[in-house]
Amino acid sequence: MNPVLKLLLEGGSLTTAQMAQVVGLSEAEVQQHLEQLKKDKIFLGWRPVLDLSREAAAGVAVRAVIEVKMTPERGGGFNRLAERLARFDEVEACYLMSGAYDLLVFVDGSSLQKVAGFVSEKLSTLEGVLSTSTHFMLRSYKEGGFLIEQAEATTSRLNVAP
Amino acid sequence: MSADPKRWVAGHVASLPKSGIRDFFELVAKMKGQDVISLGVGEPDFVTPWHIREAAIYALEKGKTYYTSNLGMIELRRAISTYVNDHFGVSYRPEDQVLVTVGVSEAIDLALRALCNPGDKVMFHQPCYVSYHPSITLVHGEAVAVPTYAKDGFALTAEALRAAWVPGCKILMLNLPCNPTGGTCSVEQLTKIADFCREKDLLVMSDEIYSELTFDGVHTSIASLPGMAERTIFLHGFSKAFAMTGWRIGYACGPSVLIDAMMKVHQYTMLCASIVAQEAALEALLRGWDSVLKMREQYHRRRDLVVRRFNEIGLKCHSPRGSFYAFPEVKATGLTEKEFSFGLLEKEKVAVVPGAAFGENGLGHVRACFATSYEQLIVACDRIERFVQTTAK
Repeated sequence: MNPVLKLLLEGGSLTTAQMAQVVGLSEAEVQQHLEQLKKDKIFLGWRPVLDLSREAAAGVAVRAVIEVKMTPERGGGFNRLAERLARFDEVEACYLMSGAYDLLVFVDGSSLQKVAGFVSEKLSTLEGVLSTSTHFMLRSYKEGGFLIEQAEATTSRLNVAP
Repeated sequence: MSADPKRWVAGHVASLPKSGIRDFFELVAKMKGQDVISLGVGEPDFVTPWHIREAAIYALEKGKTYYTSNLGMIELRRAISTYVNDHFGVSYRPEDQVLVTVGVSEAIDLALRALCNPGDKVMFHQPCYVSYHPSITLVHGEAVAVPTYAKDGFALTAEALRAAWVPGCKILMLNLPCNPTGGTCSVEQLTKIADFCREKDLLVMSDEIYSELTFDGVHTSIASLPGMAERTIFLHGFSKAFAMTGWRIGYACGPSVLIDAMMKVHQYTMLCASIVAQEAALEALLRGWDSVLKMREQYHRRRDLVVRRFNEIGLKCHSPRGSFYAFPEVKATGLTEKEFSFGLLEKEKVAVVPGAAFGENGLGHVRACFATSYEQLIVACDRIERFVQTTAK
């Protein structure tokens, strides 16, 4: 496996210079690996993990998960419609699921009305969408692997031990 | 009459030297809040995986607050037996060949107390874990140190063993991979050591606490070699592989007669290991292996990082095959290991442990633990580099 990918999988936030130190390559080589991962469409981009419940001004006050039932098309299945849906800026993530519904869509918005409006005007009116079921998120306990408001106790490990 | 309470301290305890780590520990403790990066620790920087902690909480909720069998919970002993068989290729009966202890440290103490008569000679390789020599002294045994060398990657050799052997040697203590050197033995070396043990009728106490953290090649237990299980007490625990140092849980496996003798001492002193820790240990064995592999991968990368940097800096450092310790030589700087450690702490605020704390064969070396984050390791290595460039004689 690409050594830089292995490091990315650990989920740390090293700079490329630090990565270079860790994997024993030059910074330019690390950049090359990152470029290759981008070319291979494995590495899609950087993004910070934020707890936006603490910052109302950020404009993401509401998050919803929407279960979407739809009619598959001959030849293309769910793909054409799912790809079209995923292009909306409001859509944060979109997955094809097994089970009682077809797509699971994560939507961000600045208010309840905005998210509701997106669902009623854009999502449910798409041809092929049979029904939607919207669930608003009330509180986040873990975000992108980070615990929220329950961090590990600050360490009081011994500095020197046998 | 003198009022000095010292007169009540037993002679063999009074004459025990203070741990060489102690002074240094005090010094580092005084520098609290000064941005000290410590490579002086002897434990993982990971917190025990959550599923293990959660199992312990569940046990408490269910009211598991009582004594267990002296030998330890039978479910745990069964899981240990399976684990040791799967990972080390040695089969022990859970009923009478496995004893759960309060860390490997207790298991070492039990084994020595149960097996060592006053005056019996106990061999151990050096540099070694700080408690080996004192543990032997405490049971009135006679310690026989066998040197290991940087040129061999601090692996114990049968030749050194033969050279150090004297009549009256009864026990050989092994710690592979080794704290502080990370040294371990190849199967060939281990086979020669096993041959020597059979020749001289030595009993082996094999402390394999770092075995899961073997980076190059596969770890082999001396107990798995032909004819060795019957003369080996296999010692292991959860502290390092599962990041469970504070739980204090380990175990000993061996011939039932020897385990029974150790159990006698254990039942009259410790009675049993904490039931909560035993429950956590059971969870670790049943579902913890993925975490072990993830942590090992990180330690592996960290090892490669510090060993490469130390050698770049000019501190000759063999690549430890296992453990989370690097043991670079600091002679090239013209400083003794003590001057190096104290100077580095004072000038650059990086703590490493002077090698002499691990016995005289550790002279000229320092122990640097790489169980800390990449970011910290990178900064620590840069500071060490600056220290070496400005201070080397």
